[in-house]
Amino acid sequence: MALGIEAGLGDSVLTTKLDEIINWGRQYSLWPMVFGTACCAIEFMSAAASQHDISRFGAEVVRFSPRQADLMLVCGTISYKQAPILKRIYDQMPDPRWVVAMGACASSGGIYDNYCTVQGIDTVIPVDVFISGCPPRPEAVLDALMKIQEKIQTESVLVDRHKDFKGILD
Amino acid sequence: MTDSLTDKLQVLFPEIEPRTVLDCTVIDIDPQAVPQVMERLKTYPDLGFSLLLDITAIDYLTYPQKPAARFCVVYTLRNWERNWLLQVRTPVADPEHGVESVAHLWGSADWAEREVYDQYGIIFRNHPDLRRILNHWQFEGHPLRKDYDIFKGQICYEADSLEKEIRARLASKGIDESTMQDINTEMMFLNLGPSHPATHGAIRIFTALDGETIMANVNEIGYLHRGFEKTAENRTYNQIIPLTDRLNYCSALMNNIGYAKAIESWLGLEITERAMFMRVVLSEFFRVQDHLVCLAANLVDMGGLTNYWYLYNEKEASYDFISRLTGARLTSSFTRIGGMYRDFYEGWEDDMEQQLKAIEKGVNDSLKLVLQNRIVHDRTQGTCVLSPETALSYGYTGPNLRSTGVSFDIRKDNPYYNYESFDFCVPVGSHGDVYDRIMVRFEEIFESIKIIRQAMKMIPEGPVFVDDHRVALPPKDQVYNKIEGLANHFKLIFEGVKVPAGEWYDSYEAANGELGFHFVADGSGGPYKLKVRPPCFYAMGGFHEMIEGEMIADAVINLGSINIIGGELDR
Ligand code: SF4
Repeated sequence: MALGIEAGLGDSVLTTKLDEIINWGRQYSLWPMVFGTACCAIEFMSAAASQHDISRFGAEVVRFSPRQADLMLVCGTISYKQAPILKRIYDQMPDPRWVVAMGACASSGGIYDNYCTVQGIDTVIPVDVFISGCPPRPEAVLDALMKIQEKIQTESVLVDRHKDFKGILD
Repeated sequence: MTDSLTDKLQVLFPEIEPRTVLDCTVIDIDPQAVPQVMERLKTYPDLGFSLLLDITAIDYLTYPQKPAARFCVVYTLRNWERNWLLQVRTPVADPEHGVESVAHLWGSADWAEREVYDQYGIIFRNHPDLRRILNHWQFEGHPLRKDYDIFKGQICYEADSLEKEIRARLASKGIDESTMQDINTEMMFLNLGPSHPATHGAIRIFTALDGETIMANVNEIGYLHRGFEKTAENRTYNQIIPLTDRLNYCSALMNNIGYAKAIESWLGLEITERAMFMRVVLSEFFRVQDHLVCLAANLVDMGGLTNYWYLYNEKEASYDFISRLTGARLTSSFTRIGGMYRDFYEGWEDDMEQQLKAIEKGVNDSLKLVLQNRIVHDRTQGTCVLSPETALSYGYTGPNLRSTGVSFDIRKDNPYYNYESFDFCVPVGSHGDVYDRIMVRFEEIFESIKIIRQAMKMIPEGPVFVDDHRVALPPKDQVYNKIEGLANHFKLIFEGVKVPAGEWYDSYEAANGELGFHFVADGSGGPYKLKVRPPCFYAMGGFHEMIEGEMIADAVINLGSINIIGGELDR
């Protein structure tokens, strides 16, 4: 039963908090920008294909232009040669944006602890969710997506995200 | 057959003494003799080494039996018609002085020499464009030298501009500022990649355009350089198997097999019959997988999304079989030196047969959309044509080479694992265009399925691991109850399989072409050096030859059609 102002407005109007309605919209229409570099990207392809079907979570509109995306999925190893490009693409994404590091390589360098591999992309850009595995199963990608959705729920339009992040390239 | 090569070499170069290592002939020459000898090897009709497979170097700084010169450059050549494999070695004492480039003889030498320069700092004199290829331009030092610390990473702050290179390329085609003024136009420079949906990974295709026509193209790779070779030098032989998974990750198991086969050849280890058949079945199954992904992605690039579902869904379904067998979907790590990690599970034949049927159906459905489709024909026939000469010169192998009409396939020409007893054809193209590359892959899927069916009928029962405790772990009851068993197990795990000192090259027909491994062993449990001969690397090296003069949209589908896999390209 509606109380207060809602009682007066009838069925046609819903009142809610601004944060709540915006977050609701953001949660279920994440547009991923897939930064696929290596083997993990193949597992992302599986997550997008029919069997696991990422569109069940509202995130099937895969954009390859960072300017149209708000979720960056880093699938694969990032080398030092690649790092400036990763950062540039991240910088091109409009706020608010979320980042998932998919797989051991993106999260920590994985099995490649050597002269050319960045030891975790969180040294370059801020990361919201890490997925373990080499490669992670497609289910894990979906799980990460849900984690991002949960995270979005707790955010506020009034607060800027990751303002004071400083990586190796800043 | 190798004998006749030895004779021929002795007649032509009386001062050189050829040796034979496995099925490869090796000659040592002076650095000054490189231009002359290499030219003869390529141009003398008696020799006719049309394929320069690979160039690598060895740094003997910490090698137990140190030769006089610190470095040695090794060229691997092949005459595919006569099944001759030749390695030419030349010592390099002073890397700054280096050796003469052979890039004017073989197109593949261009990138191969750049890689050696990048990794070892050896100069190739008169190379057209000697600069780094795998490491970034701000990198200092040469990582594969033995005195370079494996953990010493170097940050790159900015991508390379490549403008100088593309202008040089334009000039080499006779297009300079004055021509542009004459035709009253300006070139437009366009980047495809390094992060672009068409590149399926991280490659940078930099083009100079006149309208939509590509006038010149230079490519930059190395974005996925993960230090495979340096890491391998710090692992034991069996520990490297998971690393090989990640070379061509669309057909991980094939890399496992090629790698294990290379070491077993050197050890002179005959794996069991059943293991051989398992390897054939799995090789062919993964060849199918690889082609499925390649075709699915290629047809999506053309706008045929439905094909993606038909083809990729079958791959997805195959993962059920693969993960039941290996425990992993993508990165299988299923071989060991001396055999297979374990046997097939009970009832695998039915699963496999079902899988094959499903794949046949998916592929036939997709073919129905493609074969009579005018749009596909118009887009692919006659586009990005590769001539057999260019393909050979750039070191193309596998389906890409076969699409030009060259029927080289190691499974037929130098068979291993009883391939000679299987009944299968090697599909070849006639034009070397995108259409041929697509169709050769479609046909190979059917041929591979044929081989799998035959192998499934013939596969004998028996162990899948050799009974040789130099390489195989002892049974668990011996490990737990006997000190010898325990010590044996401990040594194999901690020190690795002991491989006698020496150097050798071994090749294998992977989904993308000739996958070779060049080893230098020092007698310990891990390689002193391990170089991969990646088929993709050379396919990409000749990419500009195919797309210059074509439209920009054709470059996209052409890239899909040669199946570049980043892990193998950049290692
Ligand atoms: S985490 Fe594993 S599967 Fe993923 S990119 Fe790295 S090596 Fe490949």
